[in-house]
Amino acid sequence: MHQLTIAEIIRGLREREFSSVEITRQLLTRIEQLDGDLNSFITTTPEQALQQAGAADQRLAAGDAPLLCGVPIAHKDIFCTHGVRTSCGSKMLDNFVPPYDAHVVEQLQAAGAVSLGKTNMDEFAMGSSNETSFYGPVKNPWNPEHVPGGSSGGSAAAVAAQLVPGATATDTGGSIRQPAALTGTTGLKPTYGRVSRWGMIAFASSLDQGGPIARTAEDVAHLLTAMAGHDRRDSTSLDRPVPDFAASLNDDIRGLRIGVPKEYFSEGLNAEAAARVQDALKEYERLGAQLVEISLPHTHLAVPAYYVIAPAEASANLSRFDGVRYGYRCENPADLRDLYMRSRGEGFGEEVKRRILVGAYALSAGYYDAYYNKAQQVRRLIKQDFVQAFEQVDVVMGPTAPNPAFRLNEKTDDPVAMYLEDIYTISANLAGLPAMSLPCGQAGGLPVGLQIIGNYLDEGRMLNAAHQFQQATDWHRATAPFAQAAGEQ
Amino acid sequence: MAVDKQTVEQLAELARIAISEETVDEVGKRLGNVLQLVDQLQSVHTEGVAPMAHPLDEVQVLRPDAVTEPDQREAFQELAPQAEQGLYLVPKVID
Repeated sequence: MHQLTIAEIIRGLREREFSSVEITRQLLTRIEQLDGDLNSFITTTPEQALQQAGAADQRLAAGDAPLLCGVPIAHKDIFCTHGVRTSCGSKMLDNFVPPYDAHVVEQLQAAGAVSLGKTNMDEFAMGSSNETSFYGPVKNPWNPEHVPGGSSGGSAAAVAAQLVPGATATDTGGSIRQPAALTGTTGLKPTYGRVSRWGMIAFASSLDQGGPIARTAEDVAHLLTAMAGHDRRDSTSLDRPVPDFAASLNDDIRGLRIGVPKEYFSEGLNAEAAARVQDALKEYERLGAQLVEISLPHTHLAVPAYYVIAPAEASANLSRFDGVRYGYRCENPADLRDLYMRSRGEGFGEEVKRRILVGAYALSAGYYDAYYNKAQQVRRLIKQDFVQAFEQVDVVMGPTAPNPAFRLNEKTDDPVAMYLEDIYTISANLAGLPAMSLPCGQAGGLPVGLQIIGNYLDEGRMLNAAHQFQQATDWHRATAPFAQAAGEQ
Repeated sequence: MAVDKQTVEQLAELARIAISEETVDEVGKRLGNVLQLVDQLQSVHTEGVAPMAHPLDEVQVLRPDAVTEPDQREAFQELAPQAEQGLYLVPKVID
């Protein structure tokens, strides 16, 4: 049953082929037996899951079940869960048990989903390899010597390993799309404001956006429909109608105009990955779409602008962790200053501290205009590139990441090399545009992701394009060796 | 170029993050690498470009000034490292 997609589970539950308790129990057993090697979960909640599954089965029997009723999922450990430890991958929050649910958690609960637990992640979502987690790195189910990407590496790996059919994730500079690309899964970062940030532990508030990772575009559409929606508790939440994203999956894509930015195929892109993305574009041409070469001239400034804006916002957001109200406190503080300095010095990992310090630098007296203000201006230039592009095309396509999954420890000593792994994903966050990744082939036995960037609020069209590709190809059905080897369990 | 020791210490003070003496040089070196990366921003002309604060140029919404949240002080204070009689405890601030 672990091979089933969310769409298949929805059908199976309704046709009484199996119950929610049965599939939930099977996946929980699989996690218990297999996740020790993978490390994709920080916390599992078997009792709560079985309770939710039992309630779901009753609703299904009564015939008043919402769409995702009884479907097992997992939440990235950045989403607050009432009564369930929410660590954000950090020692700072190792003992934090939220007194409330994130909006996303409430929404999925209301849609009937059953949560199996909380997935591993880079500390405070700062990382592209899942190696900055306080709980240790996650392994890539395609090759355990390689990283699964990050920061939502636990969610992506758990889905690729078939421990769960879908999971929530967040994306500040690529943290949904890059791990989806590196694990052969499908993930979508919505338009900024589509999904409420309430109860989602903040990293960089003007860039953070929650979204789903699953194995197919169809499953992503179902999850996104449940997750999206206006929430007055997030002042940046968009008050716009949320369509059923699954309703447009089968629309005709003949005549779809696909912009291919020349800057996304330049130096630094792995040759095999480039070839797989080109193959995918040819497939779209066969499906009747039209390729249009476009230019996004400020692309090279996305990473530099991001590494001013994101750390600046992080330094402000993470100032709340002071060792006073919740979270880690150092032993025997001598005075209040010592309490702050050591609680934060000991509670945060190296990458988090580095980004806070960079942010403090960019915001400090005398540097604000040169760094923060400048980056916000460049951000508008990047957005304008896309606004112009979308005058001629419907979607933009290119690679999600410059390389397939790299080796554990390969980039940990060089933060800047790690940052450049997000070179194609960051622009969509800066511009606030929706973007997704779907598998489009393999390089050296590792998955390659195709990125689709859409216009504002145009997630439906992106998912339509992705679904049509997945009807014509079967890269999304390729199973990671880890899931295959453990197939019978 | 590495960020010098004095600047690292000043940033650590601003951010209230203790940095051990042994790691100051390494932190300075890595901060320097990041700042070198972001210095590419200086190469682009941005005169007259309005800084972008929100992708959709949305403005902050207003709501009626009314109480909407219940009092959950006890639930919140259960999370505190040290709390007593409704107060958060920290080391003595005034002698």
